[in-house]
Formats: sequence, C-alpha cells, structure tokens
Amino acid sequence: MAEIFGIGVDIGSTATKVAVLDGAGAIVHTELMPTGFSSVDAAERVADALVSSGFPVGGRGTRVVATGYGRIAVPYADKVVTEITCHGIGAVRLFGASGTVIDVGGQDTKVIQLKGGRVAKFAMNDKCAAGTGRFLEIMADRLGVSQRDMASMARRGAETKISSMCTVFAESEVISLIGRGVPREDIARGVIDSVVTRVVALVGQAAAAPYFLTGGLCDNGFVVERLSALLSEPVATCPEARYAGALGAADRALALARS
Amino acid sequence: MTDTDRYPLPRTFEEFNEQRRASFIRVKDFKQAGGRLVGYLCSYTPLEIIDAAGASGVALCGTSDEVIPTAELMLPANLCPLIKSTYGFAASEKCPFTFFSDIIVGETTCDGKKKMYELLGELKPTHILHLPQGRDRAYERDAWYEECRLLKERLEKLYDITITDDDLRAAAHRRNRMRRAMIALYNLQANEPPALSGVELMSTMFAATFSFDIEEFTAKLEALAAERQAQYKTGERPVPADAKRILVTGCPIGGVINKIGRTIERNGGVVVCADDCSGERTQASLVDEDADDILRAIADRYLDINCSVMTPNAARMENTLAMVEKYHVDGVIESVLTACHTFNVEATLMERAVEVAGLPYMKVETDYSAGDQGQIDTRIAAFIETL
Repeated sequence: MAEIFGIGVDIGSTATKVAVLDGAGAIVHTELMPTGFSSVDAAERVADALVSSGFPVGGRGTRVVATGYGRIAVPYADKVVTEITCHGIGAVRLFGASGTVIDVGGQDTKVIQLKGGRVAKFAMNDKCAAGTGRFLEIMADRLGVSQRDMASMARRGAETKISSMCTVFAESEVISLIGRGVPREDIARGVIDSVVTRVVALVGQAAAAPYFLTGGLCDNGFVVERLSALLSEPVATCPEARYAGALGAADRALALARS
Repeated sequence: MTDTDRYPLPRTFEEFNEQRRASFIRVKDFKQAGGRLVGYLCSYTPLEIIDAAGASGVALCGTSDEVIPTAELMLPANLCPLIKSTYGFAASEKCPFTFFSDIIVGETTCDGKKKMYELLGELKPTHILHLPQGRDRAYERDAWYEECRLLKERLEKLYDITITDDDLRAAAHRRNRMRRAMIALYNLQANEPPALSGVELMSTMFAATFSFDIEEFTAKLEALAAERQAQYKTGERPVPADAKRILVTGCPIGGVINKIGRTIERNGGVVVCADDCSGERTQASLVDEDADDILRAIADRYLDINCSVMTPNAARMENTLAMVEKYHVDGVIESVLTACHTFNVEATLMERAVEVAGLPYMKVETDYSAGDQGQIDTRIAAFIETL
C-alpha cells in the first residue's frame, strides 16, 4: 500500500501557505510564498514546490484540500473547504479543542469560536480593510519601514490616537501626523493600536477565553502583547500558527486519503 | 389624440435592451387596452382594495443596483438599497411598471421609505398609507381600518368607480386562493429532501408580484404544485439528500435571491423556507372572507404581518421558530440589507430566539452590489460547513 499524505494549500490574499501531514498525522513539510497577482499562478508554484520537496500532488495515496480566498483556483484540489473551518481545525490541532481563534489575515480578520473541537460560531470583518493585515501593510509603507520594524518602533512609541477606521482615511490621518512632526514611533504605536482595537471589537461578537492568534501576525510580539492587554487575557500563539489554515486543510486532506 | 400620445414611452426607450423594450410594450399595451395599474411596495398594502378597484397591483420594490447611481443624485448613499433602487427606477424611467402606474401606494413603514416617498411624489402620483407602529392599542387597529378606507376612497375617485363590499369579498376570495396555492408549494419543502430548490421557489413567488392577472397566476402555482408533488412521488429528487436545510429570514429577499439564495444552494445548502415579507411569514395568513365587515377583516389581516417596523414584534420570532420546526431546519441565515435599521437591530432578538431553540444562526449584511460576493461566499460556505 502506498504511503499516504494529506496536503493543505491555503491561498491567502497576501501569502500562500502549504502544509503536508504524513499518514500518522505529523507535519512533514511546510511552504510559505507570496501569492502575487494570480492565485492560479500561486497554485502552480505550489505544485512545483511540492514536486521538488518530494510530495507530488496526484500521487496515489496523496489528497489535496484547498482553502483561502484563492481556494477555487487550485485545479488539483480534491476538495475545497473555507478558511474559517480550516483555521478552526488547525487551531484545535495547535492549541486545543475549545477557545477563540483570532486570525488576522491579509484582507480579512476572522474570529472563530471553538467548542469540543468544532467551529461553533464565527465573525468576520466587513468588506473593508480596517483591522486587517492590509491596514498594517499600507501604514508600514507610508512610514517607510518594514512591518517587523514598525512593530519594534511601536513598542518604543507613546500612545497616539488614530481615529479613522477606514484605511484610506487613516492613511490621510497618518500623513497629517507625519506633517505635524509626530515621531514615527508614536505613529507606529497608533497604527498597531488601531488594528488591535478593531480586532478586539470583532472578538466581542464571539468571545470565550482562551484566545489563540493564527495567521501572519503570530510572530509580531507587540501585536500579541497589545491584544492580550486589551482582552485582559493571555493570547497564545506559536510559529506554526501562521500555517493554521493550511494545517486544517491538510488534516481534512489526510481524512480523505485515509477513506 | 392617438393612443400613442396617451401613453408615451420614456425618452430613453430606444437605448433600452430588447427585453426591457418588450416589457415596456407589454405594459403599454395593457394600459391602452384600458388596464388599470397600481404600483405598491410593501406587503402591508391591502391588495384586495386594489383588486376590487379592477386594477392590477404590481410591486415596485427595486431589486437591482443598476439605477442606484441615479438615485444617489437625490438620496444619501448610506440608505437601504431597496429604497434607492425603487427611487432610481422611477427617476431613470427604466421600470415599465413604475412608469405606467396610475398611482403608487406607499406606506409609513421605515423612515427611509417614508421620506423617499416625498421625493417619489414629485415624479408620480402617490398615496401614502399611514401604518401604525404596533397593534396592541385598540386605536391602532381602528386607525389602520380608516387608512384602508381612505385608500378605497382614493381609488374610487381616481377611477370614478364605487367599490362595494361584494367587490372586496370577491377580491379576498381570489387572494386567499392564491395564498393557499403558495402555501401548498411551501409545504412541499417540508419533505426531506425538499421538492424544489429554494431559488426556484423564491423566483416563482417573486414573479407573482408582477402578474397582471392573479387568477391566471394562481392557476400556474396550483399546476406547479401538482406537477412537483407528482414528480416527487415517482422518486424525482431535485435536491440532494445531504443538503443542509436553511431558513432565510430578515429583509425582503427579492434583490438577493442570487447573492444569498443561490450562494447557499451552491455551497451544500438548500433554502427550505423564505421567512421574509414576500414569503411564508406574510402569505400564510388569510383574510376572513365571511366576516360581516369585510374591509375590517382585510385591514386586520394586513396589520398582523410581522415586520420589524412594528414594536413590539415578538410574534415574528415565534413564527420563525414554528417554521424552523415545520421545515426541520438545520440553520438560520438572516439577510439584512445595508442600512435597514429595524431588521438589523431586531436581529439581536432573532439570534437569541434561534440560539435558545438550539440552532446555529448567522447574520449577513449586504446590498445589491457585487463588491462583497467573495466575503458572502466564504461566510455562507463556512456557516454550512459548521452544520
């Protein structure tokens, strides 16, 4: 009998994540690449990368589940599952069966309530980019620093209020702060607090401790710190949490491979 | 004066596509043949009175974002898409029913519509029904009865006719038969799996609101119910057995049948009950045809409709929970049109009622644009995955 693998492909608006589980359910491989302009192209690059890593799609015991906003652009996927469900399954695997998953994605932020290992309820941001990774990306660009540097600057900055929720208006607000000579550190602090406040408001719709952070901000220590402070509860995260969606998809793929 | 002069077409008629031109010609022919046409919007409009005036009632609620830019020349952007679309069709002269209606019957339901009618009144003759805000106080029933009488008198004057009690009773009889035909179709959805796709059923019911001849349409509905029931008995199953059974509640569904209804049915669900104002919430109640005071029986039937404009409105939640049982519902999706404050606020009470009954609930707030289709897809698909 051929060896079995479950492959999860999570095509997000900014980054594409891949996770491979072996027959025993252990993570044997992960990939991270920018999605770029086209999710179809990203899906092809994923297929190529998987061949070079020794986990070709289409193998006899291999099944693929696609998720993320580009999930319908993966022609070799055996099944498509939404990122809500996948982040839920991934978080159950990484953190535990009950609690609240906060996923700050490139274009949307999701809050997923887990009960007994299943998604009980979820909330998503409205169609605008407030409270998402995109907001941080645009503001870091405006401040002329990387997102990582923006976080460490923010840690040194004084509390600064950015009141616009809308990304376009907030950008004008940042420009006027720059014009007034407000230190970059303070503006960075205001930017991060703005996102965190927005996320916490969304958490209010489906909340229950413990909290887990998944997605691209899991290695942003200052965001995790501010989130914990505003929620008055510790927020758990880990480096693999970036792959939570892909892990959830791989988990589903493994179930398909076994059946 | 020729007939063409009596019913001129819109100035931009030649720019319309073939389908739209055809519907303008159809409505124009109806008018030239002496047909009376009364436009209305809301399910509170007592249609028996329009019927009894020998007029065809057509629903003018806008369901497309095509004319919203036109509407926004006059109306604020932050307003419900149904209101903007309705006004936009009138202002742009793109809807044959609005264009050729002799009068438009509006009502004081939500604030947005109430004030929009003042602007609509600059374009078309209107008659505004003053709907009470509740039904608990005796004078509210009496006031609504008087409103129904005023509508009757307005139509009598407009067409120079007398509407008798017999006319009203005959109209109530016809409307009740149509409602029974609708209920018979709804009942087929209690089957597991249901006998029709929810999108087909919602589209069929939506078409009812544009029908000039309700007896003809009733016959169509009766035939459809008989046909589908027979097919179901021979084993035809148009809906997969594992489709999750969804009840859609909230705002009028007409403008989001595709955006929400079809998305549910593309993602492993089926709409087994449309609990909106054009659906079972409204159509299930009949007029007491044998009442001594037929006008009062008509007025009472309409005032009892459970729309979020009423306060309090607990009967809406009770009715939804009864539908949840009747249709063996797996999950409830509430569809709220952007800036519809009454349904949006009442959603908290609906969510509570549904969750206390032990069922998953999700609210989706959207408009008629395609801008958020991706998010709607993800939300609805994820909700169905959790069931």
